[in-house]
Amino acid sequence: MSKVKSTSVEVRLPSRLGYEKVAMSTAAAVAKLMGFKEDRIEDLKTAVAEACINAIEHGNRLNEGLSVGVVLSAGDDSLEVKVIDDGKGLKTVPPRPDIDRKIHGEEDPRGMGMFLIQALVDEAEWVKGSNGKSSYVRLVIRLDEVSE
Amino acid sequence: MQNETKARVDKITSPAGHPVTVLRFEGDIASTSKDAVLGTYQALSKDAAKLVLLDFSKVEYINSSGIALVIQMLIEASNSGQKVYAFGLSPHFTKVFTMVGITKYAGLFPREADAMAAL
Repeated sequence: MSKVKSTSVEVRLPSRLGYEKVAMSTAAAVAKLMGFKEDRIEDLKTAVAEACINAIEHGNRLNEGLSVGVVLSAGDDSLEVKVIDDGKGLKTVPPRPDIDRKIHGEEDPRGMGMFLIQALVDEAEWVKGSNGKSSYVRLVIRLDEVSE
Repeated sequence: MQNETKARVDKITSPAGHPVTVLRFEGDIASTSKDAVLGTYQALSKDAAKLVLLDFSKVEYINSSGIALVIQMLIEASNSGQKVYAFGLSPHFTKVFTMVGITKYAGLFPREADAMAAL
């Protein structure tokens, strides 16, 4: 029976805006070791940053007594990132942002993080934790998604 | 942890003879950048600054909160009859700005010279 190689890296962030950059840098370093191209690493960095910002702001509500867990699992051909917070998780994924509605004041100018996450990685899913805690977003970026 | 956002205003004239107000940003553009981004823009004379050019060439990190500040600026510019352009975004952030639709309301150029030639 062949074994699938997997390497895991974990980071814990304080629930303070700005610390998402620690997760970005860690994810970028792991992706670089795995051989991802530079443009895909930039996609991953933005997706990870937005996932961490959501976890800090909405999941943990900026409560610095809570931390955000980031678990990176490197497989043979993909990198999975789980960003875990102590929130109840999402009720629904918000609709795709509409720039025309934003410019005309019909939609909040904010609220683009989840759209960016979905657009920049190959898989994104939001999972509610049991007992209303330890919810997470799971991102996957694949090595075969190379730039033209 | 965030690099403070700095903003500087330059007033220059395009080769076509149009006055252009350039907002040069430096550092991160995130939720903490409201004063630097919107405050600097709002301090401009809406009558004098009809062409506004945003310089992102020294910005390394922009997140969705920072993009929302740019969109708020575009909303105000649209209401004031100003036109907004930008240059100096990395290829990645050019892609992100395009994905969220900003290019519909702000022309993006690779370099300042490209923008000035078009204004």
